[in-house]
Amino acid sequence: MNTSQKRGAGGWKQLACKGLTAAYMAACFCFIFAPVAVLVLFSFQDGRLPVPPFHGPTLHWYAQALANDRLLSAMGHSFLVGAGSAFLSVVLGFLAAYGLARYRFRGQTLVRSILVLPMAVSYLIVGMGLLVMASWLNIAPSLWLVCISHVVINMPLAFAICSAQFNPAQVRMEMAAGDLGASLPRVLLQITVPMMAPALSAAFILCFTLSWDEFLTAFLLSRFDITLPVAIWGLLRGGLNPQTNAIGSMVFFGAAALALGAEYLMFRKKSS
Amino acid sequence: MNKMRRPSRRESLPGLLFASPALLWLVAFFAAPLLAMVAVSLRDGTTGQYGIGNFVQVFTEKAYTDALFNSLTLTAVVTLASLVLAYPLAYSIASLRSARMQRLALTFAVLPFWTSYVVRSYAWLLVLAPTGPLNSVLLAIGLIHTPLRLAYSTTATEIGFVHFFIMLDTLTIYASLVQINPRLALAARDLGASALRTFLSVTLPLSLPGIAVGAFLTIVLCIGDYVTPQILGGMRAIVLPQTVMMQIQKHLDLPMASAMSLVLTVVMALAYLTLYRFLKTGEPGR
Repeated sequence: MNTSQKRGAGGWKQLACKGLTAAYMAACFCFIFAPVAVLVLFSFQDGRLPVPPFHGPTLHWYAQALANDRLLSAMGHSFLVGAGSAFLSVVLGFLAAYGLARYRFRGQTLVRSILVLPMAVSYLIVGMGLLVMASWLNIAPSLWLVCISHVVINMPLAFAICSAQFNPAQVRMEMAAGDLGASLPRVLLQITVPMMAPALSAAFILCFTLSWDEFLTAFLLSRFDITLPVAIWGLLRGGLNPQTNAIGSMVFFGAAALALGAEYLMFRKKSS
Repeated sequence: MNKMRRPSRRESLPGLLFASPALLWLVAFFAAPLLAMVAVSLRDGTTGQYGIGNFVQVFTEKAYTDALFNSLTLTAVVTLASLVLAYPLAYSIASLRSARMQRLALTFAVLPFWTSYVVRSYAWLLVLAPTGPLNSVLLAIGLIHTPLRLAYSTTATEIGFVHFFIMLDTLTIYASLVQINPRLALAARDLGASALRTFLSVTLPLSLPGIAVGAFLTIVLCIGDYVTPQILGGMRAIVLPQTVMMQIQKHLDLPMASAMSLVLTVVMALAYLTLYRFLKTGEPGR
């Protein structure tokens, strides 16, 4: 009887513990999702202000956002900068990761730490540095500079993702191809790149998403042609506006879909 | 002869060759700009003479010391609050039964990462507005009688930051919690340690790397951020990145802005050096 009583008390304690855990998790998820929920809900607001009370659904603000030339051209710029910088980041990061994974050489640790260094520095510093250099060399702010800064920011990430996915088993395949007479570029393009395709596409998607969303260097380094976050920043000066909700919601759903896709690619690779 | 490389062969050239495009890119567009920034920061904006005048100004003029102080306190508050709130969340997720549930919970816990960075702060502005959802709910349940003035304050900035860094810290802490061998905690319990004691002397120390990584990322991203304080803070307690941007936009004073950015970099380097030893400890079995 004594033992059963004890077990009963322990059971209650465990149950209370579980309840507390669940309540805490629920509270955290509420906090985490609050801004997204409010953003999306009031993008459908039938009225001028994206705050309660909710007047019922309309797609008016989406139509307005999609008819806004400034936003659309900014979206185009963001797409170009994102795709260009992500491509360059992945190519440079992949080559560097390949060199470090397949060869041993003196100073390897140093090279590795230099390659990931920009990750430890805030975007403000990267943007400021390029701005100072550009004004020194009399180069006008442009999307090219934004693209360059995004490669500086994202290439270390692409390098890290590729590095993590290289393994010794792949070396045997590359050696076999080499023994059969394939040249080094051919081995890289026809053996290594296909083997690394999941990591490469995941890296590309991540770099693209981060570039697409990057504000600070894009703000510092562009003037007339602006990217989407800078255009949204401009909208914010007009105060609370459901149109900002609409464009924000669209960007969120697009980016979340891309991110989930990238995660799926990486996860599938790991489990295979 | 087989011309393919084996990992063990010691040749520096090909390895470096493959890494050189990336290295050159960083030298040209990261290292050189930083050096240019150092050079410019040593120049006086009006007279053009070289000296440490700008740095002296950063540490003596009240507007700048205030901004530095605000930056440091904001970062400290945000880092601590995010860790304290994220740890139980990461722990709860890590103790979910099935791996699939854990993955799902984690994916959802970081989903709002993908709201646009500028839009995320704007969304908090909506939530915290005087007529916003938070005030409506609090008024409706009778917890308050007049709307809280939360938007455009340092508190709003802190909430916006903590929201972002809870997600980040949950990721890093979860990653180190799942690497801990569960047998260690079981062994501690078998040897008579209470649940609390087991947590404090086994689980918590072993999860320090995740805490350190989270703290480091929080410090770097928080102290260098301009958008969140600018949108949510309402120009009340101005932080260093805001003064940097003001120097650039209003006064076109790149030397002063460079000097302040370098001070920020030094703060980040100090944070890295402080946290570095934690990043490598806590491997299972030590």
